[in-house]
Amino acid sequence: MKDNNWKAWLYLLPALAFLGLFMVYPLVDVLVYSFEEGYNSASQTYFGTGLYNYSYVLHDPYFLQALKNTFILVIITVPLSTGLALLISLALNAIKPLKQLFQTIYFLPYVTNTLAVGLVFMILFKPTPYSDGLVNALIHVFGGNTVDFIDGPYWAKMFVLCFYTVWIVLPFKILILTSSLASVNEDYYKAARVDATPKWRIFTRITLPMIAPMIFYLVITGFIGAFKAYADAVALFGTDLNAAGMNTIVGYVYDMLYGDSGGYPSYAAAAALILFAIVLTITVINLMIRRKLTR
Amino acid sequence: MKIVLRNLTKRFPNRNKKEGGFVTAVNNFDFEIPDGKLVGLLGPSGCGKSTALNLISGLEKPTEGKIFFGEDDVTGLPPEKRGVGLVFQNYALYPHLTVRQNILFPLQNLRGTERPSKEKMEELALEAARMVQIEAYMERRPSELSGGQQQRVAIARALVKRPRVLLLDEPLSNLDARLRLQTREEIRRIQRETGITTIFVTHDQEEAMSICDLIVVMKDGMEQQIGAPQEVYDRPVNLFVAKFLGTPAVSVFEGEVREEKLYIGGNIPVLDVPGVADRPVTAAIRPEGFVPDTVGTLFCVLNRIEIMGRDTSVIATNSHCLNELNTLRAIVDTEEIDEGRMPGSNIISFRLKPNKTHLFDPVTEERIPFGAVPAAAKKTAVPAAAKKTTAPHLPDPVTEERIPFGKELSEKKKSVKHHEG
Repeated sequence: MKDNNWKAWLYLLPALAFLGLFMVYPLVDVLVYSFEEGYNSASQTYFGTGLYNYSYVLHDPYFLQALKNTFILVIITVPLSTGLALLISLALNAIKPLKQLFQTIYFLPYVTNTLAVGLVFMILFKPTPYSDGLVNALIHVFGGNTVDFIDGPYWAKMFVLCFYTVWIVLPFKILILTSSLASVNEDYYKAARVDATPKWRIFTRITLPMIAPMIFYLVITGFIGAFKAYADAVALFGTDLNAAGMNTIVGYVYDMLYGDSGGYPSYAAAAALILFAIVLTITVINLMIRRKLTR
Repeated sequence: MKIVLRNLTKRFPNRNKKEGGFVTAVNNFDFEIPDGKLVGLLGPSGCGKSTALNLISGLEKPTEGKIFFGEDDVTGLPPEKRGVGLVFQNYALYPHLTVRQNILFPLQNLRGTERPSKEKMEELALEAARMVQIEAYMERRPSELSGGQQQRVAIARALVKRPRVLLLDEPLSNLDARLRLQTREEIRRIQRETGITTIFVTHDQEEAMSICDLIVVMKDGMEQQIGAPQEVYDRPVNLFVAKFLGTPAVSVFEGEVREEKLYIGGNIPVLDVPGVADRPVTAAIRPEGFVPDTVGTLFCVLNRIEIMGRDTSVIATNSHCLNELNTLRAIVDTEEIDEGRMPGSNIISFRLKPNKTHLFDPVTEERIPFGAVPAAAKKTAVPAAAKKTTAPHLPDPVTEERIPFGKELSEKKKSVKHHEG
């Protein structure tokens, strides 16, 4: 068998070459940049090596703002979207008439164009010379004052961002959860019925453990996805996120590379690696909790 | 607990909505299951056995009719209030719970005064586990058990609440052949020890025949016959029941009764059937009902002889046989085969045992009874059985190798000599 190993490597070569060229090399390069101080991509020069880039980034108020924004976003949207998706999936699984219709409706945001979604949110939240937006109209009905969700106070902007994020990730989670709920063998529920199991106990002792792997999958991918948030913020608040105070870590990385204050690949690399460290830590913690719970 | 079914009917809407209408899964069940018996609900796939079980368990609501447990009308009660234990075909054990937790599960659902103390629950669970001899595996997960062990856990879970009725849906179909034999004895034993009225569904007639006190044969949602297994086997009410019970199955012939004699083709009567008027009939003959005999008058073309351990089968063809390819199968004594064979030809003649021959109306397929078994037939049957000389086996107690003796030994010597020469 060993004599034939070169053949196996030969077959793997195309994939390995591409992975190496477009995945491994850039990753290593990012790591290298993050330790090169004052790297200039035009002249390909740098002053020296060390941890200065990390120190700069961690002291940059814009980065700290982005870090705070990202963490708030993650902590609010991941549990909220997963919980909501679970509730909606349970409801969808329980109804018989119009089930298909509702499934389609809940899945629509997933296939809707981002610009169309942006338009919908504008109608909902953005005050214009002619109206204050649908949400403000609702607030007026209940006797509140106009809130500017796009250029107004921080909490209002964060609310819109979270709302948008939850709304955009919900369809996929509902899809995954409805299918995993439907795949639980009907006999478990029949057995539970014969044994007079109360409804909440069926849910906590049978349904939840049965779909637990899928929930963990959604939580982990949800965390990773939320940490990488950027496009959503741009869609809502425009490209100058620092001015709006709504930047995210990935947004900060982008700004450092190409933004108006850009041209600093070393800072960008350092910020990206900090993000990587955060995501890795969270994922490992997630996996550890999962292992503990499913043992 | 006696179970009484009164005009029980279950209709489902037809799955093909365009056609409309209903499919009747259980049609007018009207019978009683006596207390403390093991009852087999038997029938081919799709005959409504499982629906009948679900009706008794309460998982399905009947379209018409009533169900009584003892004197209580349970028709309107949900499953949890009926006091039934149900074992599913795939066991439906909760995979994330240990054996102990699975067995405890029904007890933990109890509320108020019914709920036993923690210690009592453990005690009951252990007792149920002992009953099915699974107590050594209490901390294992279902995935760490064999199919037979999972089956036992499922039974223990169904028993732990001391149900009034135990229901088993195809309990043996997921087990391999050897385990199936073992487990069915186990079910018999558990039923005897607990005395709980038990109903189990099966499509395997051998399974039902071997352990049941009573079998209910079903076809197309209709109950065909209820009785002790041997009674149903010996006196099937219609052709379907005759065909369904027994392996190998009966051989079916088109025949005619003239002057109280059965004719199967030709002009020579094959059997006396006292008390039957002249008419066309369908005759179903059990494989053990054929006796090769020179005086036999059912002539068939011998195809081949199969010897499988204790059984010798004769496969033969007769143009009046309605089986596939006109082929009948008879189980006979090895020594008798030659008696029925015509020298120099492949024709074999059979005499028929009257108690193994059943007559049915060719149209309605209902049983046509005929007179008492003639004494002569019985007499000849006895020496045939006595003639059987099966050599006993004498294995060595240590090596467990065969020790030849008698005739076999001299044969062996011969062959040894042959080798030397």
